[in-house]
Amino acid sequence: MTESRTTHSKQNGNDAMTSTEQSSHGFDASQLRSSDAPQLNLANEKLKMDVQHLNLFYGNDQALKDINLVIPEKKVTAFIGPSGCGKSTLLRCFNRMNDLVDICRIEGKIMLDDKDIYARGVDVAELRRQIGMVFQKPNPFPKSIYENVAYGLRLQGVKSKRVLDEVVEKSLRGAALWDEVKDRLEDNAFGLSGGQQQRLVIARAIAIEPEVILLDEPASALDPISTLKIEELINELKDQYTIVIVTHNMQQAARVSDYTAFMYMGEMVEYSDTDSLFTNPQKKRTEDYITGRYG
Amino acid sequence: MSKKQGWFKSGTPWIWLNGGAVALSIVMVAGLLGLIAVRGLSHFWPAPIVQFDYTQRDGTQEVVMGEVVRSQTLAGTIVIDSGRPDLAEADDLVTRFLIKRGNRDVTSRDFMWYLQPAMGEMTRPRDAIVLERREWGNFYGLPKAVLEGDTVVAEGEGVMAELRSRMERALSIRNEINKIERGDIGDVNYRMEQIRLGSRRIELNDRLSDEEKAARVAELEAGRQALDDEYSVIQQRLDQLNAEASRDTLLALTADGREMRISLRDIVRVTQPNQLSLFGKIANYVDRFWEFMSGNPREANTEGGIFPAIFGTVTMVFIMSLVVTPFGVLAAIYLREYAKQGPLLRAIRISVYNLAGVPSIVYGVFGLGFFVYTVGGSIDQLFYPESLPAPTFGTPGLMWASLTLALLTLPVVIVSTEEGLSRIPSTIRQGSLALGATKAETLWRVVVPLATPAMMTGMILAIARAAGEVAPLMLVGVVKLAPTLPVDSYFPFIHLDRKIMHLGFHIYDVGFQSPNAEAARPLVYATALVLVGIIVVLNLTAISIRNRLREKYRADSD
Repeated sequence: MTESRTTHSKQNGNDAMTSTEQSSHGFDASQLRSSDAPQLNLANEKLKMDVQHLNLFYGNDQALKDINLVIPEKKVTAFIGPSGCGKSTLLRCFNRMNDLVDICRIEGKIMLDDKDIYARGVDVAELRRQIGMVFQKPNPFPKSIYENVAYGLRLQGVKSKRVLDEVVEKSLRGAALWDEVKDRLEDNAFGLSGGQQQRLVIARAIAIEPEVILLDEPASALDPISTLKIEELINELKDQYTIVIVTHNMQQAARVSDYTAFMYMGEMVEYSDTDSLFTNPQKKRTEDYITGRYG
Repeated sequence: MSKKQGWFKSGTPWIWLNGGAVALSIVMVAGLLGLIAVRGLSHFWPAPIVQFDYTQRDGTQEVVMGEVVRSQTLAGTIVIDSGRPDLAEADDLVTRFLIKRGNRDVTSRDFMWYLQPAMGEMTRPRDAIVLERREWGNFYGLPKAVLEGDTVVAEGEGVMAELRSRMERALSIRNEINKIERGDIGDVNYRMEQIRLGSRRIELNDRLSDEEKAARVAELEAGRQALDDEYSVIQQRLDQLNAEASRDTLLALTADGREMRISLRDIVRVTQPNQLSLFGKIANYVDRFWEFMSGNPREANTEGGIFPAIFGTVTMVFIMSLVVTPFGVLAAIYLREYAKQGPLLRAIRISVYNLAGVPSIVYGVFGLGFFVYTVGGSIDQLFYPESLPAPTFGTPGLMWASLTLALLTLPVVIVSTEEGLSRIPSTIRQGSLALGATKAETLWRVVVPLATPAMMTGMILAIARAAGEVAPLMLVGVVKLAPTLPVDSYFPFIHLDRKIMHLGFHIYDVGFQSPNAEAARPLVYATALVLVGIIVVLNLTAISIRNRLREKYRADSD
């Protein structure tokens, strides 16, 4: 699919971000231009996802207004903004979790590589295998630690004990949990602490080797030490996975992300690399938010 | 603020009110259980035999022997009005005793009231015996001699020892007779019936020519001949055993000196309660209680055991659970997970919930009309044409009783399963969906296992309700006497078409339909106790399973 677009201006004057031109295979980042967001330079990035003119309605209420942004591959992109600004809603669009809400209606496109995930005939289950998700509250299944991690593989019909053992160990190591649980893999996952549960959920997500991992405020229910561990983990994971994280904790966004988008009232206010956004915000509202004037 | 206001504000009255309600509930439950336990269990304790002289209204004397059942205190005026002005003044209080004097074959009434002023001294004759008989109820009297044929083999001192040893023999012969009647004869009868049905089946088969039919029937006839021969051999053996069993006779004296000949084959148990030590009494108690739990009923259900009723109740509840649980769970899953929420669904849900309030007898009527006559009748037409006009499934039976109860308890299972499903946190569903599971995979792998404790709760409530239900069962398969159990060694082993006995109905039958109210009364309590016990055991089993499941699926995060 080939499409050129320029920056989309909205009635309130907010600019989303970049425009992109795509080759037949994936994005060609070198072609990117940014008109009035000079600090967003994605020239060196390969792009993984591209959101185009996304509008989302709950019944008659519009929750997302003409969102446009790109997610670079194997980087951490953070969405920040005050509660209710739509950042989680946007994240849930990426793996079509909003499909579960009956009254939710979506316009626009979200491209994964060069395919529209909202196109007809897309297998949602298959999509969710490519785009994993970790939720705000740890939600392990009422099964053993082992079975939690093996769940996704079992869904795909993997039965070989050897393969499962291997993947479980690899995933738990990947989530920095192996050393803590290797002796009690058959114990119920509910016996773990909150932070361990959240890392278990991450292990569960990476066990099926997704391309993108969506993290919806993954540390908001955790204590500071667990939070730190999760953040370290995110740093390690970005070598292999494209990560999108929603957080209401600005320090966290500053610590873990490469790119940050600030959202407000369903709109994408500003999107740039994290350093620039926090040190040199272009928009007044962004500045107000990160300096703690509201939100 | 006054002191009183302060007391009200402190909330103390509420605590008293709530605590009082709990205390009252406990008192009621304990009282109920205590009453049926005491009344029911005391029945099996060997009561002493008393003997006294009694002066009748016309001045004649009689000697009475029996057990004291209970006593009552009457006002003198009642005694005078009842025709015994010789026994009391108007302002006296008179005690009267209810005596179980047995010997129904001699005296027409085995329970009688006796007024104390007309009674002589009450003694406990050491040698008095009580015989539990297969017919005519208990015998109370004194042993005189043991006869073999017409020859006296023991008299005086040695009578009891001889009687005991010969009783053992009689009982073992009796057992053998039972075994032959139930086993061998039952077997022959079963095969005979199969042959009869087989030949009828051949007659009904249109595809066979007349010659073929004749040939096959002749084949079966040969089998029947062999069985007839087999039967006559068994019959001979049985006659022989019967003759052997009738060999010995006990010569006994009733209290008023009448001589009685009682064949040992008619006696179930011999006791001399006035000689029993405490351990003897305990042994006797255990023996009688065991007979009650494991034996077949005798004498229009007023004697013997209730085993068929226990078995019937448990089997029926078991089959009911097997039917209602999957059915209710599937319905609840559809209602909660798949059906589109809307007015139609709301209407269906309200209807289901309201089904729980329909009087149970209405289910019985429905079961009779729909299951028994319509479904059962059609099954007979289709699958058992050879038995017609005798119905197989077109008559009340175990299956229809179970199905009717399953229908009755269906709303309970649906409601609790739905509640359980709605309590599963949505985050867990989303977690599964986010891993690429479809809705069905999420349901079966995560949601349903998590909801199993709720399903068990539904099943527990269903069991509790079903086991105690009586009214609908009278219409769809429970009868007064069905000593043939629904499970045996003949294919298909569980006979869903058989009628069963049921503890609840047994209580009703013994309590209200019995010709001998006084004899039946303790059995009503004992049976009620067993019924409560069974329900408690069933519930505790289910609850412990549920607790284990809960432990397994404990979610501490919500």
